[in-house]
Amino acid sequence: MQNPKCGDGDWFAAGMAAAQPRGTQTLEVSGLTVALPTEKGEIRPVSDVSLRVAPGEIVGIVGESGCGKSMTARAVMGLIPAPGRIIAGSVRLAGREIAGLSEREKRAIRGSEISMIFQEPMSSLNPVMKVGWQVAEALRLHSDCTREEARTRTLAAFREVEIPEPEARLRQYPHQLSGGLRQRVMIAMAMICRPKLLIADEPTTALDVTVEAQILRLLERLREGGTSILLISHNLGVIARVCDRVYVMYAGRILEEAETTVLFDQPLHPYSRGLLRASLSLREGVEPLETIPGGVPNLLRLPAGCGFGPRCACRRSECDAAMPELRVVEAGHRVRCFH
Amino acid sequence: MKQLILRRLGQALIVLAGVALMIFVMLRIVPGNPIETMMGEHADRATVARMTAEMGLDRPLPEQFIQYLGNILRGDFGTSYALGRPVTELMAGAFGNTLILALFAALFSWGLGLLAGIVSAVWKNRAPDRIFMGFSLLGISLPVFLAAMALQYLFAFQLKWFPVSGTGSWKSFVLPAVALGWNSAGQVAQITRTSLAETLGEDFIETARAKGRGTAGVVLIHALRCAMLPVMTVMIIQFSSLLSGAVITETVFSMNGLGRLMVQAISGRDLPLLQATALFATAVAVLGSLAADILCALLDPRIRREA
Ligand SMILES: Nc1ncnc2c1ncn2[C@@H]1O[C@H](COP(=O)(O)OP(=O)(O)OP(=O)(O)O)[C@@H](O)[C@H]1O
Ligand code: SF4
Ligand SMILES: [Mg+2]
Repeated sequence: MQNPKCGDGDWFAAGMAAAQPRGTQTLEVSGLTVALPTEKGEIRPVSDVSLRVAPGEIVGIVGESGCGKSMTARAVMGLIPAPGRIIAGSVRLAGREIAGLSEREKRAIRGSEISMIFQEPMSSLNPVMKVGWQVAEALRLHSDCTREEARTRTLAAFREVEIPEPEARLRQYPHQLSGGLRQRVMIAMAMICRPKLLIADEPTTALDVTVEAQILRLLERLREGGTSILLISHNLGVIARVCDRVYVMYAGRILEEAETTVLFDQPLHPYSRGLLRASLSLREGVEPLETIPGGVPNLLRLPAGCGFGPRCACRRSECDAAMPELRVVEAGHRVRCFH
Repeated sequence: MKQLILRRLGQALIVLAGVALMIFVMLRIVPGNPIETMMGEHADRATVARMTAEMGLDRPLPEQFIQYLGNILRGDFGTSYALGRPVTELMAGAFGNTLILALFAALFSWGLGLLAGIVSAVWKNRAPDRIFMGFSLLGISLPVFLAAMALQYLFAFQLKWFPVSGTGSWKSFVLPAVALGWNSAGQVAQITRTSLAETLGEDFIETARAKGRGTAGVVLIHALRCAMLPVMTVMIIQFSSLLSGAVITETVFSMNGLGRLMVQAISGRDLPLLQATALFATAVAVLGSLAADILCALLDPRIRREA
């Protein structure tokens, strides 16, 4: 890696987007399939997943627990836990194929061109190291800043994510910070090298509502600065608030893809409709709470045909015969269902 | 931090005083008169009575205890009944050997144990792990005297690389240290493996990878420090037990260390020596746990704050 990033800069000023040729997606995943051997047999937690994130776009992945959202994110980061591996598909970052890179090359990208924040801001920070050091570490891994420069940049990063009293916070340990502050530290760490893509895996799930709103606003401001964001959540409310487009995922597959407004106005897949109804009834306190009947399928024993079949109210005989393809309904709206 | 140290030091003193009392009482309620034991079966009653009076053993117990405490505080542990030399002098000589042996053994066991534990945790359930864990199980289950005698036979009698026994040069400490350390190395390896493997599964490890750390950086910079807490506690317990003497190893290799001194004291009913060795072992254990607490607090800021 050359050392491009030791200057200071305003993350929220436009600029990152201009660095890429027009029309190139920041992230373009196609046909991504992850195989994970387990004791009882091999599973495919991610199966033929294609998605894209344009410069300055916030794209959501939504789905129930265990549907493969985090695994997709890990695959993009090149961090699939052994012995899992990518067995098919490609991952392009700003036009460059990164799925087949060596570990060394991937390490150079991680934290500098793609970075990631996680659900649990408490356990995601090293409990025995000062947070300032941990943020500076990301910078020092990817540039040959001096200690002093790294400190200055870290301080600036703390200011960017609106951490109050940044000088004092630098020297504190994670347990001395609140959940919201920790997540801000995580964002500062993720953004300090000004990556092209930020993957946020359930970034607000562990936070209360007001803090959630603050963090979401922060993400929006980052997007205004040109950063592309892939936002993973099982909470449709979060998705609705900030995402431009959404992918609905189920049992390792994409079931529907649409612009957020389109998905919320006219969801086509029975699963998407179920998720929406459940989320609406949750928000409005409707009793009884509407849920999708049944549970997430066992990836070892996926039903034949449409994976959602056993829980689907619209199921017909042809649904059990074959897995439906993702079919284009209109520009930018695709759905994996026969109807 | 300073407060923590002071408070623990105070606790340590109280424990020591309590133990001093216990040792004192226990040694006096066991049946048999030490003077009789010392002088043999044929000593005449008058002499025994005179000696008992001379050593103050006929006074009331509380008075004896206060005198005993006073002496200890002045650094006077009395004169060995059996050997006729000041206890402090005997202890100092033996402690020198024990200290060298303990340092050698600790160096060997911690180096090997940490290395094996780290390798095993990183390659958990793969070949390097199985090999190292096989050895560490062997280390834990092999009785020390067997290891000692095997080493002695192979490297001293047959290959003649090291002296068979004694405490002559640094070379004579190598085999006993390995025999002793082998066992501790197994313990260190196992606890390092468990603790490090658990730490490697924590969320912040994924964060470290996500910011571009490689395996070496993740393990050595991020995981090891967190994983060291239980490991260090075990290490310090081991070291304090090493410091109070290793009876079996010292016996096999005929070394004059604290372990053998204590055995001599017990078999000779040598009250002053016995009191001193027992008190010393306690002091080492108490200081060891103090050291462990301080080191843990240094390693982990969360503990520092609770304190
Ligand atoms: N280390 C692993 N070993 C075995 N199976 C795993 C492992 N990690 C994940 N899986 C399986 O892979 C599937 C996808 O997991 P993933 O973590 O991507 O789900 P998710 O959509 O992120 O769910 P959540 O909302 O709970 O975070 C799950 O069915 C899970 O059981
Ligand atoms: S393909 Fe059939 S079973 Fe699957 S979601 Fe559509 S209607 Fe339901
Ligand atoms: Mg997840």
